[in-house]
Amino acid sequence: MQDARLYSLSAIFQTPDEIAHAAEQTVERGYTAFDVHSPYPLHGMPRAMGLKASKLGYVTLVFGLSGAALALFFMWWVNVIEYPLVIGGKPLFQLPAFIPVTFEVTVLMAAIFTVVGMLFVIFRFPNTSHQLHDTPYMKAVSSDKYGLTIQALDPLFDEERVREFLQDLGAVEIHRIQFDAEEIEARPRIFEPRFVTLLILVALLVGPSTYIILNHVLYMPPFDWMMEQQKINPQMKSELFADGFGMRSPVEGTVARGHLPYPFKGQPDLAGKFLVNPILPTESVLELGKKKYDTFCSPCHGNFGDGDSRLRGQFPNPPTLHSDKSRGWSDGMIFHVVTEGQNIMPSYASQIKERDRWAVVHYVRALLRAKHATEADLR
Amino acid sequence: MSFVDYSVEPPVVEGKPPLSSIDDAIIKPIDAKPTKAWFVAIAVSGTMLLIGAASLAVTFIFGVGMWGVNQPVGWGFDIVNFVFWVGIGHAGTLISAILFLLRQRWRTGIARFAEAMTIFAVMCAGLFPLIHTGRPWLDGYLMPYPNQHGLWINFTSPLVWDVFAVSTYFTVSAIFWYVGLIPDFATLRDRTVSRIKKIVYSILSLGWRHSNRHWQHYEMAYLILAGFATPLVLSVHTIVSFDFAVSIIPGWHTTIFPPYFVAGAVFSGFAMVQNMLIGIRKIYAIEHIITIDHLEKMNKIMITTGMMVGYAYGMEFFIAWYSGNSAETFVFFNRALGPYAWAYWTMVICNVVFPQLFWFKKIRRSIPAMFVIGVLVNVGMWFERFVIVVTSLSRDYLPSSWGFYVPSIYDIGILIGSFGLFFTLLLLFVKSMPVVSISEVKGVVEGAQPSHGGSH
Ligand code: HEC
Repeated sequence: MQDARLYSLSAIFQTPDEIAHAAEQTVERGYTAFDVHSPYPLHGMPRAMGLKASKLGYVTLVFGLSGAALALFFMWWVNVIEYPLVIGGKPLFQLPAFIPVTFEVTVLMAAIFTVVGMLFVIFRFPNTSHQLHDTPYMKAVSSDKYGLTIQALDPLFDEERVREFLQDLGAVEIHRIQFDAEEIEARPRIFEPRFVTLLILVALLVGPSTYIILNHVLYMPPFDWMMEQQKINPQMKSELFADGFGMRSPVEGTVARGHLPYPFKGQPDLAGKFLVNPILPTESVLELGKKKYDTFCSPCHGNFGDGDSRLRGQFPNPPTLHSDKSRGWSDGMIFHVVTEGQNIMPSYASQIKERDRWAVVHYVRALLRAKHATEADLR
Repeated sequence: MSFVDYSVEPPVVEGKPPLSSIDDAIIKPIDAKPTKAWFVAIAVSGTMLLIGAASLAVTFIFGVGMWGVNQPVGWGFDIVNFVFWVGIGHAGTLISAILFLLRQRWRTGIARFAEAMTIFAVMCAGLFPLIHTGRPWLDGYLMPYPNQHGLWINFTSPLVWDVFAVSTYFTVSAIFWYVGLIPDFATLRDRTVSRIKKIVYSILSLGWRHSNRHWQHYEMAYLILAGFATPLVLSVHTIVSFDFAVSIIPGWHTTIFPPYFVAGAVFSGFAMVQNMLIGIRKIYAIEHIITIDHLEKMNKIMITTGMMVGYAYGMEFFIAWYSGNSAETFVFFNRALGPYAWAYWTMVICNVVFPQLFWFKKIRRSIPAMFVIGVLVNVGMWFERFVIVVTSLSRDYLPSSWGFYVPSIYDIGILIGSFGLFFTLLLLFVKSMPVVSISEVKGVVEGAQPSHGGSH
């Protein structure tokens, strides 16, 4: 019966009092698909328009509480389960020390989701091609006028009656807002050739440059300092001490706690012959060994002992552990290498406890066996 | 003697400007070609920024050994500047969030600018811990993420709390700021005649339509954000102070630190906002929107927080004596009389003595006087952080391991650079975005609200 392209009749008012009155009258007449536009929020307008109170606060509540719960749970998991570390003799789960991070994560989640929920879910933004955009009506309410829009899809809408109604309320201008013809039959424009080309170009640019930065630039000078460090190594000259030695010997006749001399110093053959793994390869021992291996050994030896180092030339690649040579070694021999180091591989005695070193040995054994499984292993 | 009627709020915006003139006043400088003064300013700040960049390049190539830090003073300018800049940022949140919750309507004129300052100051602040790590390209490890090494960060460390606090603070401030900007971008979009600007503003405004169905949620969101930003800002400087207070260094290990740091942050932040606004209102000719009353109110906040800081200085000395702890007592003697006494007394004079001049109404309302005092306050507050960080570290328990800290020129270069970054960002901001919230100011002009049915 009426123009299918009509979106709304939109009237402009001069003063806040007029628009407040107009909104009340519109509700009274029973219109529902209407809206009031003003350059700033008007006090009392939600009530005049008969709007229910905003429920945004519930979004905040839900996401804030989940932020708090997630943060606490995560810290508990890290500090108690995954990476237990005793600090200052305190219990692993230290609630007071977790409060700051819990609080921050709560605020972060609540703030982000309140705004995201409002803009993208409630308002359905971004929407830059609404019928009202780019109309003289929008330009007026954007600056200093107040507008009332009654949409054509309102069940009570009748163009003549609405026009009269708006005029009676004291509207200074009344605009007919229409759908654009192309808007009505708009298709998604994501597959437009130009846009697709742009996407491809961006991908071509971002992909390789990320790859180059992460895999090459970061390993070029001056970012490759791992080998050269400003410290005094054992054989280096020291300017600090009178005798000029960088290496200091302990006070005569003393042994530091936990530093009983390793009996097979410099004697790998004897170590291989006499040292026996004192612990059994239970599941928990293997878990422990895997963890220590992944932390301390995998950067050089690779995750599976193939010698595929992640350091990319910052440190010489070690040989594979799956060689016939090292597969033939006894546990004691591997323990010896970890304890003393071998050629350029440094000693791990000070970083991994003795028991943990034996666990690593079990894990290395498991790796070696996994790569050379026999029929019998499959059973 | 005349009586003032305190039951009626004085108008926030002087006169009763027509709403469209507010658009004009605030938007004109954005649309106009930059003036010569602006180019001179950005040339200066750009140069400062480049000095900082060059100093940073030297640091990256040769390592943090280029700085003055060494045993025993491992925290030098980097941490001093970090605390200083975070503090500057706090005034912005205080103005935009706390004063909002307290229904101080005078904040509308200055909130936007102060928020922008917050964001830029936090950017400057965030730079310092990142370079302080020595190998900034490995800073990704500051965030907890599942890595092949099976390593996790230590959640009980105040330094980790800092990472969370500062990054949350930055994110929430940026969101708060952007939410405030959306309606203004829409107004800009509807005014502009340039095609490119139209596209940019359309995207930035996300398609805002000034609909009252939206305004309702929008106001609620703003209230919620303000409600969160308020405890957040207090938490951030509290956590920054934990970096010190949770350690056992004499002079740091005190419970007064959190409130003392927060008060100091607000103090220096307000001084900075006041200084910047004096310039902005002049250049923009918006003296009727950012009025002398605003500046006076800020000066009042400065005298309050300045006295809190002064109280903290005194209390520290009292407790040092009262505790009977010899290391603690020594640290405070050392601050006032030791090799860094000049820094200590600079701090006291700038922070405690000069702001007292604000008791006089004449000085509170005199632009040159308040400008100078504002600058002095920021000098003083920078030295406060210097005194805290450096004196405690240079002489703690063991006299055999005492040392003396002298910054290198690279330290100074980076400090200059951080100011360069701050001013450059501010200058770009005032040229490209409305420095005063257009929609908020319109809402507080006299006669802008319906005369009945409103809830005032
Ligand atoms: C910094 C890099 C690095 C790390 C970390 C490292 N290694 Fe090595 N490893 C080497 C290099 C290089 C060699 C070869 C040394 C040589 O030239 O004999 C080697 C050799 C070995 C060998 C002897 C292999 C052979 O065929 O001679 C074993 C076994 C071994 N490493 C085990 C381990 C274990 C177990 C760990 C973890 C606790 C570990 N490595 C950690 C670099 C490393």
